[in-house]
Amino acid sequence: MKLYSDRCAGCEACVNACPYNAVTMQGGLPVFSDACNLCGACVEACPSEAIERPGNGGPAVEASPHRGIWIFGETKDGQPTRVVLELLAVGRRLAEKTGQDLGVVLAGDRLGTMPQNLIAFGADRVFLVEHPDLAVFRDEPYTAVLAAAIKQYRPSILLFGATTTGRSLAPRLAARLRTGLTADCTALDIDPESGNLLQTRPAFGGNIMATIMCPVNRPQMATMRPGVQKPATRDGGRTGEVIRLETGPSLLLARTEVLGFINRNEEMVNLEEASVIVSGGRGLGCAENFSLVRELAALLGGVVGASRAAVEEGWLPYAHQVGQTGKTVSPRLYIACGISGAVQHLAGMQGSDIIVAINRNPDAPIFKVASYGMVGDVVQILKSLIEQL
Amino acid sequence: MNIVACIKQVPDTSEVKIDRETNTLIREGVPSIINPFDLNAIEEGLLLKERFGGSVTVISMGPPQVESALREALSLGVDRVVLLCDRAFAGSDTLATSCTLAAAIREIGFDLILCGKQAIDGDTAQVGPEIAEWLDVPHLTYISAVEEVSDRSITVSRLLEGGYERVRASLPALLTVVKELNEPRLPGYRASLRAKTEPVTTWGAAGLNLDPANIGMKGSPTKVTRSFVPELGRQGQFLAGSPEEQAAALIAALRSARIVHGSAKES
Amino acid sequence: MNYFLTPEQELIQQIARRFARERVAPLSAALDEKSEFPRRLLEVLAKTDLCGVYIPEEYGGLGGGMFEFCLVVEEISRVDSGVAISFAGTGLGTIPILLYGNEEQKKKYLPDVAAGKKIGAFGLTEANAGSDSFAQETTAVKDGDYYVINGTKQWITNAGEADVYTVVAVTNRAKGARGISTFIVEKGTPGFSFGKKENKMGIRASTTGGLVFNNCRVPRENLLAKEGMGMIVVGRTFDQSRPGVAAQAVGIAQGALDQALKFARHRVQFGQPVIRMQAVQHMLADMAIQTEAARALVYSVARDIDSGGKGVAKAASIAKVFASDAAMKVSTDAVQIMGGAGYMKDYPVERMMRDAKITQIYEGTNQIQRNIIASELIKERDEW
Repeated sequence: MKLYSDRCAGCEACVNACPYNAVTMQGGLPVFSDACNLCGACVEACPSEAIERPGNGGPAVEASPHRGIWIFGETKDGQPTRVVLELLAVGRRLAEKTGQDLGVVLAGDRLGTMPQNLIAFGADRVFLVEHPDLAVFRDEPYTAVLAAAIKQYRPSILLFGATTTGRSLAPRLAARLRTGLTADCTALDIDPESGNLLQTRPAFGGNIMATIMCPVNRPQMATMRPGVQKPATRDGGRTGEVIRLETGPSLLLARTEVLGFINRNEEMVNLEEASVIVSGGRGLGCAENFSLVRELAALLGGVVGASRAAVEEGWLPYAHQVGQTGKTVSPRLYIACGISGAVQHLAGMQGSDIIVAINRNPDAPIFKVASYGMVGDVVQILKSLIEQL
Repeated sequence: MNIVACIKQVPDTSEVKIDRETNTLIREGVPSIINPFDLNAIEEGLLLKERFGGSVTVISMGPPQVESALREALSLGVDRVVLLCDRAFAGSDTLATSCTLAAAIREIGFDLILCGKQAIDGDTAQVGPEIAEWLDVPHLTYISAVEEVSDRSITVSRLLEGGYERVRASLPALLTVVKELNEPRLPGYRASLRAKTEPVTTWGAAGLNLDPANIGMKGSPTKVTRSFVPELGRQGQFLAGSPEEQAAALIAALRSARIVHGSAKES
Repeated sequence: MNYFLTPEQELIQQIARRFARERVAPLSAALDEKSEFPRRLLEVLAKTDLCGVYIPEEYGGLGGGMFEFCLVVEEISRVDSGVAISFAGTGLGTIPILLYGNEEQKKKYLPDVAAGKKIGAFGLTEANAGSDSFAQETTAVKDGDYYVINGTKQWITNAGEADVYTVVAVTNRAKGARGISTFIVEKGTPGFSFGKKENKMGIRASTTGGLVFNNCRVPRENLLAKEGMGMIVVGRTFDQSRPGVAAQAVGIAQGALDQALKFARHRVQFGQPVIRMQAVQHMLADMAIQTEAARALVYSVARDIDSGGKGVAKAASIAKVFASDAAMKVSTDAVQIMGGAGYMKDYPVERMMRDAKITQIYEGTNQIQRNIIASELIKERDEW
């Protein structure tokens, strides 16, 4: 980091702000150790604007302009995944802001009316590649097909859902295109000054947020966390263009072969799609008390979630876990029962419309994000709710 | 089988707390650990070596203090550790990091590369697939089981959203692994003794035949423009009274928000 | 207290501590509740090399002695002595081979035990031969190149789980104590089966059960030492292993003290942490005194044994009695300090209190130990 020692007040705000423990004070001035990864937390923290990130390097600018906002049209069982609809909503906003087209690049086999459907959900153009070899997702042919389309049409922005598929494909493609990629964004916007994509994402287990830009290389690539944005709504009257892309044997080469898929039955909880979630944490005290959480969820037509602590106690399987290392959810109603609200948990449910927190401790952090706080014995309150519903 | 496992030394994020008064990270006493998913990568490397022979090399890029993470890897029983350490690597994003690691892995030689699915500090999950692309080998992410290994291929299960996908990849290949794959071992006595004295090979940019444009700050297309502690904020209200009264108040509120339908139950 | 451990001993202690805290602690309540043998944990321990801590390097071990063995038992017992005893039970079954096995027997069995691939057990106790271990009813009758074993053993640690059993049987009843011999019997030998698994008060992760021999033919080369040396093998084995039980007791006491201290620091009553109350402080101090004194005794005896000291029987018994009585008292006091919380299964001290009791009973009750101590005292000549 670059230090303007004349401006530095020696307040040590940078020392405290550094998540990597890389700043120490020597002779009243900060010194940056090798542990510094140039994250810029100290730049933000410095009240005297005495710290600057070293100048932006970055590979050379490509000559011709890049235009268009693209979304990777991930599909499952012949349908676009939910996150594609969420990306269409975000992409639409970005497209309006920048006056660009919104495109979806869609690869697969016999996709039928899906291109028209994506147009109804907000796409202006659908770039379509159909081939039997693309029926099941594999990183290599998908990378090749997308790379070819990008070289031809030169989009400015390329967005993926941060699903297992998106997070496998996007980095390979980014490396092939020698461009930047930001993982698991929770907010995407346009920088009014530069017109660059502002990609905001949690890091450090959700403890800090970072906004990232890719100022030079194109396309600007990001994966977006499912469940943090509302999906686009369908408008059957919308029109758009379907562009068929060529493919060939060289693009379809693959050194991997998919042998089959085994469903996990116990994992059928669909937290992401639920409109009501009742979650339990360690404050419930024991596995038996989870039956109250189940009962309340059933009465409200919702599903059951859990904090990491409750999953670690073995009260519920991992599939129910909400939070940084579990699912991110944004239901209309989220009821947190006996969950203190570690930042990792909050990261997974803050987007909910109404949050109800039930906890014995009035100082629990969960109340900071709650719409309604209920302080008292969790079991008693749950029983009262069940009784009165 | 020659196996390279990539690891990252990270702060134990589960120990990180935020001081809500100053909105800063409380770092005091936060230990540095080997990224937990990378321990699964090392463990799988050791298990494969036990079955098929060969060697396990662990590689990491970072400042000199990463040596302690590599010594811990030695105490688990890996054959060799390599530290990529050079001021020229500072400021690397995932693209520059993967380029640097790929160059070193090429130098070491490999049949299989193992990475954790992601690091718990950055959570990007990008470096693995990007290394595979730089090296032009296939990659498979989210591996939860290794089923079969032959001279030419490896058959694995991937843990995806709704289930497990069985896939075969030709070797050499790169896998990123999830916790389900195995249970990492503890340091062994003999390996720990060795770890105290074994040299840690350290490579800088010079020996790796790297294009300066591809590494460090220069080779990093992404720039962090702002870091901030997320605001927790929602103007909420505490409901008052006994559990029964609080419950009644909540149900009334949910009813007016049209989340709960129907009239109050007769009590 | 500084016990002047070598760097190697410190490393052993450190690895055992990590094993106990990171791997055993999360499982111990469930293992206790379900009375489940910790097979998976022993596999984890095997990869740390510690299964062979007391076995010579030439047989694949780490070349340590009883002292190093005690360090491991103590550290695991500090968290869960049921798991510790599943490990130590193998030691008890292996020590006779270490002491009296011939080269072939050592080569055949010790490397697999050292690598943690095989679990061991020691078959001595019978329904009518408890403290009176000479009253053996199991017989081994020579038949050509075989011995035919008949009889039933009970309360055997690792019964059914172990692969290798050192079994005591009468080969010549007419010779009395000199007519008893020891044999190595492998699991799977025809005629060798297992009785019921006991439902115990404590050390519930450890499996305790019966061995049933019904015309079980054991090859002659499995005879350990010579015919008739059985009770010498048993006596010398217990002299060696007794500090192991004492180390288990020290671990339990230390674990209970750890828990009580932590609780007393955080539990607030009458507006202050209970550790500020002198009544609690004196109890904690007494617990520390007993624990540390027990440890000092155990370490001294273990070192004495490892240096080949003669006549360790008395000292081993002293350490075993003192440490096990300390474990009982300290764990009971830990429950007392923690009050209602200590009595609940949410905290580990009630389990430690149940676990502690066995250390006063097995490998010779504390009454038998006192007999041994007294008989040694009687033998001693007046000094002045």
